[in-house]
Amino acid sequence: MGDNVAIELRNISKYFGNNAANKNINLKVNRGEILSILGENGSGKTTLMNMIAGIYYPDEGQIFIDGQEVTIKSPKDAFDYKIGMVHQHFKLVDVFSAAENIVLGLNEKFNLKKAVASVAEISHKYGFEIDPKKKVYEMSVSEKQTVEIIKVLYRGADILILDEPTAVLTPQETQKLFAVLRKMKENGKSIIIITHKLHEVLSLSDKVAVLRKGEYIGTVNTAETNESELTEMMVGEKVILNIERSEPKNTEDRLIVKDLDCINRDGVMVLDDVTFTARSGEILGIAGIAGSGQRELLEAIAGLQKLDNGEIFYNDPSTGNVENLRNKTPIQIRDLGVRLSFVPEDRLGMGLVGNMDIIDNMMLRSYKKGHSIFLERKAPKDLAQHVIESLNVVTPGATTPVRRLSGGNVQKVLVGREIASAPTVLLAAYPVRGLDIGASYTIYNLLNEQKEKGVAVVFVGEDLDVLLELCDRIMVIGSGKVTGIVDGRTATKEEIGLLMTKTQSMYEKEGL
Amino acid sequence: MLSFIVSAIRLGMAFLFGSTGETIAEKSGHLNLGIPGVMCVGAAMGCYAEYLYLDYARLNAIPFLAIIIPILATLIGGALMGLLYSFLTVTLRANQNVTGLALTTFGVGLSDYMINKTGPIYTKGSKFFTTSLPFADELGWFGKIFLSHGILIYLAIIIALLTSFVLTKTRVGLHLRSVGENPATADAVGINVAKYRYLATCIGCGIAGLGGLSFVMDYLHGNWEYCIDAIGWLAIALVIFTVWKPNLGIIGSIVFGALYIASSYITGVSFANKELFKMLPYVVTIVVLIITSIMDKKENQPPLGLGLNYFREER
Repeated sequence: MGDNVAIELRNISKYFGNNAANKNINLKVNRGEILSILGENGSGKTTLMNMIAGIYYPDEGQIFIDGQEVTIKSPKDAFDYKIGMVHQHFKLVDVFSAAENIVLGLNEKFNLKKAVASVAEISHKYGFEIDPKKKVYEMSVSEKQTVEIIKVLYRGADILILDEPTAVLTPQETQKLFAVLRKMKENGKSIIIITHKLHEVLSLSDKVAVLRKGEYIGTVNTAETNESELTEMMVGEKVILNIERSEPKNTEDRLIVKDLDCINRDGVMVLDDVTFTARSGEILGIAGIAGSGQRELLEAIAGLQKLDNGEIFYNDPSTGNVENLRNKTPIQIRDLGVRLSFVPEDRLGMGLVGNMDIIDNMMLRSYKKGHSIFLERKAPKDLAQHVIESLNVVTPGATTPVRRLSGGNVQKVLVGREIASAPTVLLAAYPVRGLDIGASYTIYNLLNEQKEKGVAVVFVGEDLDVLLELCDRIMVIGSGKVTGIVDGRTATKEEIGLLMTKTQSMYEKEGL
Repeated sequence: MLSFIVSAIRLGMAFLFGSTGETIAEKSGHLNLGIPGVMCVGAAMGCYAEYLYLDYARLNAIPFLAIIIPILATLIGGALMGLLYSFLTVTLRANQNVTGLALTTFGVGLSDYMINKTGPIYTKGSKFFTTSLPFADELGWFGKIFLSHGILIYLAIIIALLTSFVLTKTRVGLHLRSVGENPATADAVGINVAKYRYLATCIGCGIAGLGGLSFVMDYLHGNWEYCIDAIGWLAIALVIFTVWKPNLGIIGSIVFGALYIASSYITGVSFANKELFKMLPYVVTIVVLIITSIMDKKENQPPLGLGLNYFREER
């Protein structure tokens, strides 16, 4: 076996700032073998693969190819070692044809006709269907992926990395892709595939390596494992957090979401028949692999997302009327008391302006309330002071640009501003993203306070432990579908983990 | 009429140099708004070199040197401006628009300074540049339109055709376009994005500089005018007008040249209205923008990565 190892990673680590994206990862792939890398989002799968492909450079550790230690500093180095990666977000030039994209970057004599011929040959060998002259912008997602794979093969890659290749494919296309991958395996190629769909892992791969929060958990032979063992490795032991959770009081249906459908620009169905109810005085958690439609769902409720189907009803507690939010503008929805605080990956991307100070950022929400042509700074200033004091925002003053605050404090400002307006529905997406424990608890307490005030809180989170301790009910979505709604008090981590990775909705709506 | 066409061609070629240079830079993803400044500096460098050479050689000036020295000086001047732009945007990742505008302001000022050192008359040097084939005059209108020009006019067309060929038919062109369209993709297949951007911008600026020189030597017959930056802005407009295709630029530049000078050849236009005529090239550019936007054909859109700096490890 020893001679057969195509690539081996030893103690690889990569840090982004103080965060360890990868820590002491060990991995081994043989020739003619398919290895799956399994892990939740943010577990460092893509970062790890990017280091093999030369996009990132590891901070620590060694990479061996065919037993030789190598340094991979750039994508070009990776190609020289016959490593090719198909990225999750395709790296193709839209206005180029398939053939042009495939030969891009090669130092061979420029001859498109010859390239077209060899593309046809490769397609034939592995059973692809592709028109080499078709422009990329005219292609479907699966065609684009085919181009990416041929691009890698054309370069003579022996080690193929595929980053979530099936995320954008239909089940039929997935089967086709797997047939191609098995053929490659027979030809002695090594394939590493990143995925979080368990059944795919089990049907395709020889070995599975599991990562969790940047750490290497272990590698198991697919033949000797099963879904529940893998889920357990992926989500880990339950950690007791001791977040306070009061019983919901005086609940009434506040937000009724019915049959939401949404198709994004790439033609992918990001929301598929989403139906649920958010109740006042209750925290509804939303769990799911990142990118399963959480963002679209919240944006749809806030009126920022165009919907293809479905209705969103809102029971106005002040008037008792039922309003359909789908026909309202974002400002009207906001004025009804539905507030969205979304913390994106880069934290500042949505909701706050980095170069403006805390007062001005408070004003972004209230500038319409002014009566004269000049800005009224008094109220936002008081609000800023109030937020700073009540949430213990660490800042030199209210006039400090938000950009200069640390991540946790930025988030406190963002959440604080939304809460200050006394909402009736609070949508909080990833409000503790990147925060330390103490700051996280401040945010949890804030959400709990809102719940006790009778606000319907919708909390989108990444950490299952937190969801299980904070939320009254947890809705799990996978690939834009609701795969289950469970009781936060009785559900287990494995149960949610399985629901997250389930692709087909086998769940029947229960009376929860 | 004949002299109108000849003037339109001569002025047009100044635009063509500028737009070809800008197209090369834009294909690499650099929205170089410094082109007006680059053309000023290019022209001033050329004129300055010509002045020094003629001052040195006096009556014994060799025509070949009298042409090649200013051309080289212009290329160097332009390329240095390009180098400055690339250093700021690629290496220091400065905002491209701001850098470009700063370069324009800088270039206009620098060229004014240089010209004030030597005085604005280069008619002697211009004679070398406008020397045409000896039998051009004998061939009537044909000779006048196609053969009566100096070397820079033909050079402009050759460079435009060559650029067009390189962009569409060669590997270097394919790589360059990929860098401008999607630098992350280009990087992932092992293309050195920084190298392509540096080189494309420097070469483009060198070529654009020749436009300034051509404008002074061919169109103005060596009488410097402080309006070369206006030519530069039109050259940038021309890039859009020709939907980033230098071969179309040959026709487009002559159209621009004709529109720009039309007022002088139409009798009975008041001085104020002449300025209105000079707006025509911009108006047709806007029309082209409207048409291409409505058609929404991907090939006719600006490079996707235009104006965006690239950094590999950005998350």
